[in-house]
Amino acid sequence: MTAPLLSIRGLKVRFTAYGQVNEVLHGVDLDVPARGNVALVGESGSGKSVTMKAIMGLLRTPPAEITGGQILFRGQDLLTMRERERLKLRGTAMSMVFQDPMSSLNPVFTIRDQLATILKYADRRLGRDRSRAQRLARVHEVLAQVRMREPEQVAAAFPIMLSGGMRQRVLIAMALLSEPELLIADEPGTALDVTTQAQILKLLKDLVAERGLALLMITHNLGVVRETADRVYVMNKGTIVESATTGAIFAHPREEYTRDLMAAVPRLTGGHRYGTQGGRA
Amino acid sequence: MSAPVLELRGLSKAFRVRHGFMGRETREIRAVNDVSLTIGRGEVYGLAGESGSGKSTIARMIMGLTEPTAGTILIDGAPVAHAGQRPVQMVFQNPGASLNPRRTVAQSITVPLAVQGVGAADSAARVAELLEMVELPRHFAGRYPHELSGGQKQRVAIARALATTPKLLILDEPTSALDVSVQAKVMDLLADLGRDLGLTYLFISHDLSLMRNFADRVGILYLGRIVETGTADQVFAAPSHAYSRLLIASVPVMSEDEARARPTIPLIDGEIPTAEALVAHEAKQLSQGSKA
Repeated sequence: MTAPLLSIRGLKVRFTAYGQVNEVLHGVDLDVPARGNVALVGESGSGKSVTMKAIMGLLRTPPAEITGGQILFRGQDLLTMRERERLKLRGTAMSMVFQDPMSSLNPVFTIRDQLATILKYADRRLGRDRSRAQRLARVHEVLAQVRMREPEQVAAAFPIMLSGGMRQRVLIAMALLSEPELLIADEPGTALDVTTQAQILKLLKDLVAERGLALLMITHNLGVVRETADRVYVMNKGTIVESATTGAIFAHPREEYTRDLMAAVPRLTGGHRYGTQGGRA
Repeated sequence: MSAPVLELRGLSKAFRVRHGFMGRETREIRAVNDVSLTIGRGEVYGLAGESGSGKSTIARMIMGLTEPTAGTILIDGAPVAHAGQRPVQMVFQNPGASLNPRRTVAQSITVPLAVQGVGAADSAARVAELLEMVELPRHFAGRYPHELSGGQKQRVAIARALATTPKLLILDEPTSALDVSVQAKVMDLLADLGRDLGLTYLFISHDLSLMRNFADRVGILYLGRIVETGTADQVFAAPSHAYSRLLIASVPVMSEDEARARPTIPLIDGEIPTAEALVAHEAKQLSQGSKA
């Protein structure tokens, strides 16, 4: 059996604030296989965002401190790696799609400028040689990969000229610039309307299938998990409470927490009218 | 038969927006376009639509926060009074923002009472009564919003909205800022209150699964118009408008049963179509069908 692309082992993180120490991750284990499509699901305060930030190296220390465990990417521990080596991976081999398309884009530069600049620095870190014309060609290429019908026109636009769904596509394109092996998506589509969200989720699924990348999706929405992921990790209070394939966990959730969480989600077919009498249990 | 609690007749709102060079040209945007609906006593009417569909503008007009361009609003069969005197209250989306952080729970709840001229002694008893209604302990009266969880804050916002015994309660995405486990409890509370106090709700949401389990009747809003209306059972089981079908088909669901019950949407060029594309596609097919 081959080793997973990303493997988190016994990750512990604590925060220190006003002299109080709080452990927020108590030994998290999580694997993302190459070409895998994995979801980490939890409610607010469960530790899913801290896990994501630890993987990407975005935790601010202090107040945060990683007190134990390993984050292995292609078998190398990101936590003991030299900073320069880690920078070579971040935004290139592993990249991230942020939740809020508006605050993640600079309003005063065109999409083309922003994507080309990111690519320029990624090229520099990796020692790749590419002319500006080649970089722009790559920018248009990734915009086409996220199903933009007119990549040149989108590239010339400022963020405000695009709809929410288009901006989210731009962020996905941005993450694809350096052909990552692992894409981490933070609440994809949450800030969008449900019809647009459906399009974005389909796009992410298609990308996993077509481009052979692995996806780790962080979300609070169980419906989104079921529609997109192959494997699910359920997180609560800094611990993974249950992990299984998507089919298995939705058919037979083993843990009480998972069952309660699933029972709380309203069903599109109805049958669970709200109200404590004559309705839900 | 008694008059409906709320009746909207041909309600419209147009905004003039400036555009062009230095904003010298203006253009009219019809945020709400000829909306008519009635809500009977004790009924839950769900208004579903995406951002920009006009659902918040409708709520603001009923509250008196925005003047309609055309149409009438009747409450209990009578034209509405000045904004401050309407028997309508609202529960907002984000209780973190809708409660004043410098007021205690009791102070927040008594503001609408003071506007109605209820004295201090009476209001203390009323606060205790309202807290009990929303299932919060009495001693929460002295707490500040930052000492409460999101669900508790929303309960306070509900208590404040109920303080003046309104005839109509507008719930504007009341649980969208809450975790699902908390959402279920707040929705249960709203349903219980509705039944026990005979409340009439206008429930605004983009979450269709939530609406399915709470509303009696549903209206689907698209570009300022109600494109479909009916009982929740009818609309969800057999949506007739292209946009309603797209909206229901897009909901991420929890089970095969739900997935099977969703309408199927034709992919256009291999992609899930946008609302405009789908509505145009269906209109084209319809006209081709009528020619054939």
